[in-house]
Amino acid sequence: MRLYEYESKMLLEKYGIPLPKRILVKTPEEAAKAVEELGGKAVIKAQVLTGGRGKAGGIKIANSPEEAKKLTEEILKMKINDFPVVAVLVEELLNIDKELFLACTYDEVAKQRIMLISDAGGVDINEVVEKDPSRVYREWFNPFYGMMAFKAKKMADFLKLPKDADRALQSVIMRLYNLAVDYDTTLAEINPLVLTKDGKIVAADAHIEIEDDAMYRQQQRLEGMGIHDRPSTPREPTEFEKLAEENDMSDHRGVAGRAIDFGGSLGCIIGAGGGSLTTFDAILRYGGNPANYCEVGGNPPVKKVYGLAKLVLSKPGVKGLLVCHNVYSNSRVDLVARGVIKAMLDLGINPAEYPVVYRGAGAFEEDGYAILRKYGVRYYDRRLGMDQAAKLAVEMLKLIEEKEKEGKSLEEAQKEVAQYIKTEEFVKKVLGEEVAKKVLEGL
Amino acid sequence: MGILIDENTRVVVQGITGREAASFTEWMLDYGTKVVAGVTPGKEGMKVHGVPVYNTVKAAVENHDANTSVVSVPPRFTKDAVMEAIDAGIELVSVFTERVPRSDVIEMIQFAKDHGARIIGPNSLGSIVPGKAKLAAIGGPTEETNKAYTPGPVAVLSRSGGMMTETCSLMSVNGIGQSVAINVGGDPIIGSMFHELLPLLEKDPETRAVVIYGEPGTVAEETLADYIKEHGFSKPVVAFIGGGFVDKMPGQRFGHAAVIVTGKKGSVEGKKEALRDAGVLVADYHSEIITLLKEVLKMK
Repeated sequence: MRLYEYESKMLLEKYGIPLPKRILVKTPEEAAKAVEELGGKAVIKAQVLTGGRGKAGGIKIANSPEEAKKLTEEILKMKINDFPVVAVLVEELLNIDKELFLACTYDEVAKQRIMLISDAGGVDINEVVEKDPSRVYREWFNPFYGMMAFKAKKMADFLKLPKDADRALQSVIMRLYNLAVDYDTTLAEINPLVLTKDGKIVAADAHIEIEDDAMYRQQQRLEGMGIHDRPSTPREPTEFEKLAEENDMSDHRGVAGRAIDFGGSLGCIIGAGGGSLTTFDAILRYGGNPANYCEVGGNPPVKKVYGLAKLVLSKPGVKGLLVCHNVYSNSRVDLVARGVIKAMLDLGINPAEYPVVYRGAGAFEEDGYAILRKYGVRYYDRRLGMDQAAKLAVEMLKLIEEKEKEGKSLEEAQKEVAQYIKTEEFVKKVLGEEVAKKVLEGL
Repeated sequence: MGILIDENTRVVVQGITGREAASFTEWMLDYGTKVVAGVTPGKEGMKVHGVPVYNTVKAAVENHDANTSVVSVPPRFTKDAVMEAIDAGIELVSVFTERVPRSDVIEMIQFAKDHGARIIGPNSLGSIVPGKAKLAAIGGPTEETNKAYTPGPVAVLSRSGGMMTETCSLMSVNGIGQSVAINVGGDPIIGSMFHELLPLLEKDPETRAVVIYGEPGTVAEETLADYIKEHGFSKPVVAFIGGGFVDKMPGQRFGHAAVIVTGKKGSVEGKKEALRDAGVLVADYHSEIITLLKEVLKMK
């Protein structure tokens, strides 16, 4: 969970890390009053769950309360990278001598926590470090030893600050490490960490992320500080996504959801996790126009598959369907088939006349195939690769759209294509003679 | 002798009385794996599919010479369960549990390192040496497992459990069997990354080629590429990375620090480039794995 700057700073404050004077406001009037309290001049900072807000115009200097009011009004209306600005932090202006960078995160390869420090703080830190990696110093931490004073000393010494500032920096380093461990942060970053002209170390900005999987032991005390759990999606879910989520939450068994709206014409019932990624990749690589992404796995009950299939089939713009799953060892092929067929029947769709490419294999596959056969759906088993199934579906949609261009109604086009894609000719045309022979044999 | 496990491996299942653990214990036994004991605190004396349950791993090791553990306990108890196993002398721990916080994961990995033990996972569906033994839930019931996994010359390492079975199934239908298949785990920090398993595959006489199934995020594939470049690897490696479209999706956010730590962004295109650069054969489509394998194995 990513924290807002003002929330991150609440944590830094709790750990005694020096911060600028600041006031959180939600209206232009409050902003004007806050600027007055801070001496008539202040920084106005958008509170938003994304980076790059400075470059997007979300950070401005107000030279008077009136200006603060005007700027706040503008900033509160902004969306940055699709994220809404929820509040504004009015902050004292700092007399900056140097901008430093300090962060604590995980190193996946060393499998330890790592701290980074640099004198190249500010928005362009990545570019600077890419050009000159020696500008950053790295220190790794054995979790059983944790922070030791000499490590903070080594890190601070890399920057060669004046004595008092060096001491203050060592203290900030140790405190940030302790915060990171105590709060299960995947990232605790202070950028810039400012050395002021009068020699003080102050955290001017902060970015903290708390591990979602550790929320079970963090949520309660975060709530106690007024920090609430939140989804980290950049945009509001669409109606389709909301309904899909509701459907998935209706039963704790398995997954039939994680839907993302793509607005295209090929409906997708795909899975599981890696299987969805692989299938979806292939659809896009073959130039397909998917209506949605989703994941089906972990052995969901029929009703969840049914709910998802119904949403996908009735989604505006959907003209055909791809059902494609990796070989299941625990999810049941027959339950997925039952869910899809039931959705079709409920929507008044005759499965035998609807354009669908169906690929499924694994547990209870024979039972699944029996259901599909009964309703006249052409299916493929494990001999057909997932990307090959995607290719068939993309070509199927092209045929439907061609027929529509010829002046046929969607229903006519769907009916004709539904029959044609069951022929050997179609499979040969799309996948070549050799593959077609192999995947069709005995079906 | 198989890689990591074989028919002589003696397995203890921690959390054996749980629903999932009980069912994969049955699958493991049926496949021929020697599951010699289970552990669930407070349930000593019980039996699960004929396997005796103890309160501690120590008792399981003392009474049954267990040398390998499969851990399937709730996330908050996982770290302690893994360390208990290692403390009792277990050399290989396969962690099935997912959603274990990273600060717990680094502690259990450090503990393993300090004691010379190996961890697979967390969030690993398991490993299999076809025809000999398997750990945890990989492949499901024996009938399904046998359809997907067949003995042969190719080692498969995968970050996705489901796609490992899919990949091996596709290989098997095309007449290419596996010397071993290891689901390294889907989490960002895991006990055994691709490059850390490579030395085992290098010295295994039965392994003639390696297949890697990668995913977006982390630098597992980039690190593998660096390792091959630096240390060399004498057998052909074929890789497929799922989820390339994620590169273009909004909401893929990384803090400055994450990028600075690795100097890499974890993008699928970046991974493919790094692997190609190290001489790995990269498949753009999943079924291309077969085409590439047939070439390197000189099959028709």
